Amino acid sequence: MSAADPMLEAERVLRICSACMYCDGLCPVFPAIDGKHNFSLSDVSYLSNLCHNCQGCWHDCQYAPPHPFAVNLPATFADLRQRSYADHLWPPALGRAFRASSLAVPATVALALLITFALVLGTGSPEALRTTYAGEGAFYRVLPWPVMAGLAGATFAWAVIAVTLATLRYWRTIAPETAISEILRALPIAFSDIITLRHLGGGGPGCHDHNERTSQRRRILHHLTAGGFVLSGLSTIAASAYHHLLGVMAPYPVASLPVMLGLVGGVTMTVGAVGLLGLEARADRAPSDRGETKLNLAFLVLLALVGASGLAVLGFRSTPAMAPLLTAHLGLVFGLFAALPFSKALHAPFRAAALLRAAIDSNRRASARAPDASGDSL
Amino acid sequence: MTVIGGGIAGLCAAIAARRGGAAVRLLEAAPRPLRGGNARHGRNFRLTHETPLDYVPDRYTADELRAELRSVTGEETDRVLTEALIERSYSIAGWLIEHGVHLQPPGTGVMPYSRRTAFPLGGGKAMINALYASAERLGIAINYDSEVRSILHSEGSGWTVNVRSTGADAPIRTRSVVVCAGGAGADPAWLRANFGSTAEGWMVRGTPYADGRLLDLLIGAGGCAIGDPTTCHVVPVDARGPQFDGGIVTRITSIPLGVVVDRSGARIDVVGAGSQPTHYAKWGPRIAACPGQIAYLVLDTQGLARAAPSALAPVTAPNLGELAAALQIDPTALLQSIEDFNAAPANAARTIAEPPFAAYPMRPGLTFVHYGIKVDATMRVVQADGRRHDDLFAAGMIMAANVLRRGYLAGLGITLSAVFGQIAGEEAARHVRG
Repeated sequence: MSAADPMLEAERVLRICSACMYCDGLCPVFPAIDGKHNFSLSDVSYLSNLCHNCQGCWHDCQYAPPHPFAVNLPATFADLRQRSYADHLWPPALGRAFRASSLAVPATVALALLITFALVLGTGSPEALRTTYAGEGAFYRVLPWPVMAGLAGATFAWAVIAVTLATLRYWRTIAPETAISEILRALPIAFSDIITLRHLGGGGPGCHDHNERTSQRRRILHHLTAGGFVLSGLSTIAASAYHHLLGVMAPYPVASLPVMLGLVGGVTMTVGAVGLLGLEARADRAPSDRGETKLNLAFLVLLALVGASGLAVLGFRSTPAMAPLLTAHLGLVFGLFAALPFSKALHAPFRAAALLRAAIDSNRRASARAPDASGDSL
Repeated sequence: MTVIGGGIAGLCAAIAARRGGAAVRLLEAAPRPLRGGNARHGRNFRLTHETPLDYVPDRYTADELRAELRSVTGEETDRVLTEALIERSYSIAGWLIEHGVHLQPPGTGVMPYSRRTAFPLGGGKAMINALYASAERLGIAINYDSEVRSILHSEGSGWTVNVRSTGADAPIRTRSVVVCAGGAGADPAWLRANFGSTAEGWMVRGTPYADGRLLDLLIGAGGCAIGDPTTCHVVPVDARGPQFDGGIVTRITSIPLGVVVDRSGARIDVVGAGSQPTHYAKWGPRIAACPGQIAYLVLDTQGLARAAPSALAPVTAPNLGELAAALQIDPTALLQSIEDFNAAPANAARTIAEPPFAAYPMRPGLTFVHYGIKVDATMRVVQADGRRHDDLFAAGMIMAANVLRRGYLAGLGITLSAVFGQIAGEEAARHVRG
């Protein structure tokens, strides 16, 4: 998006969309603007995150360039989405790191890698990186447990706190005046929309991954990535349960719960992230936004590296390569957590918040619907 | 065989012909991003059905459609074609779905209840995109930016179609031609020739490529014209919109909520226009008759709040004097018109009293002309002397006047073009395959 004032561009485009409404079956963005003449900053902040970027409305738009109205809703929303992230980050100073995300994310990860390698060398001997370890507690001979758990805990806590606060700030911007009971009624709908990624379906046929062709590829790859991420997290939880409750130290046998979860999670996350990178590489540039593409690339590459390095640790854990691979993997994981609050990861809680508001609004519309209007008079 | 025109009629003709075993080339005058003629701006299409379907609720019988058609067109239409249209409107949706079109299930989105029409998911352009994808899959050769300059009958049989593409002319030899180039009216010169100098101030709601050139070529080659080139479907559109292709969003829908003045500030009205959906078709010609073909809809804040959104924000002002200045009309005349209106508000209309005030400048927006080429039941072009070539067909809006001699029914254009395109394609394939 190159328009001088993205807010003015959003108002111009949304006005046309609200007068047209041909896309109302594609996703909840259009029902959300039905009948609206004016759009506030909070409206566009909400709508831009409600958009799943399936690009159906770009291919279906009778007013897309070269039409003089030059409507490009996906690109307009992509720009506004990034602004909505930057505007709600906590601490607010992170906004600057976010705007330079394609530099800030790699820099953070590089720093985390550097610190991890330094700690490995500082807490052990330089030989540590070249020795074959085996048996219970082998990983902690590379990096002592308190250091590993401390870094993981600190970066994870930072990510959770910063992302939660950013999401709460965002929810305050877009939340409708509502009672708790109304939110509770909307939660199951929102939850189901989040889990099924229903709106990556463009109303049914799927996303426009490449030109006019539609497919469910993006939805599937997204779920592999997100599911793999969750399984990897569960693997860590299972490992700490083994450690603290069962008193058994890593590495665990291949047939153990932590390793199985990590293996499946690592594979799906890596395959998903690499697949999404492939879609990103083939994506149409016209309805995309350069800034958002960079944001996506930085995050996907990081996820793919975390997944692949975890698998490498498993594959080579009984060879001399284990120590450097483990160090790299831990550095990448710490870097992922540290960078999470100013990475594309924000799209998940922000979109979830937007879907919750959409569910609340849709419940309200359903109870207020007048069944007398007829569509036979266009 | 060659299909001229890449709108819904041309696509249906090409696909039907290909499915019928012919080798097909489709010539589209528009560049690829603007392909699809006026179907690009279509929202729904009319179809009969005896029971509720996945994409249209309730029932809508052939008898109902027949009666509604007669009520708008009168008796002077082609009975055989009308019956074919009614009969095929029953199966056309299934055929479109078979060729990749997705229809929106009733009750999803915000589309109003409609038992007469089905809504393509994503609108007309989505439907067009799906049909192009199907055409490509079936092996139909598609040429964009290809403007037909002439069609000449060869000695013996077949045709030579001269095509101008990226500045160069090239002849195409073909055994059969199906002309689906759309109705006339998008060429300013054609409009001036048929509607006089008042056509200067008109907007064209649809594609600039339905310029009547092919219709002129067919008539020039002896084809029999049908309908009246000076009657058309014309509705009020925003004067600030684009000259062509404004589609649905520049239509001014809220006339019943306000008062209309011409550029002198004098109030104008249309007897019986009321607030029925048919008011558009009555206001279009009235605005066309205004000096400079322009008029202004004035609303107060109450009216604006009830108005449906349109593409361009209205001109607004804190009082009527400033509104008149912004519109460059005489403030005294405007104030007088509003005062008179408020003294005796017409039927259900409101008074124009509560500031701030808003206005939409309006021009006539041409939708289609009730004029075209005469065809027989097989879509073969009928010559003025009654004869016909067995290898020259026409379908879509270029022959719509055979059925729609006047008036219009919502969603009928797409049904008509798809159905007659399909018939033309089947007949042409049958002819080519012998």
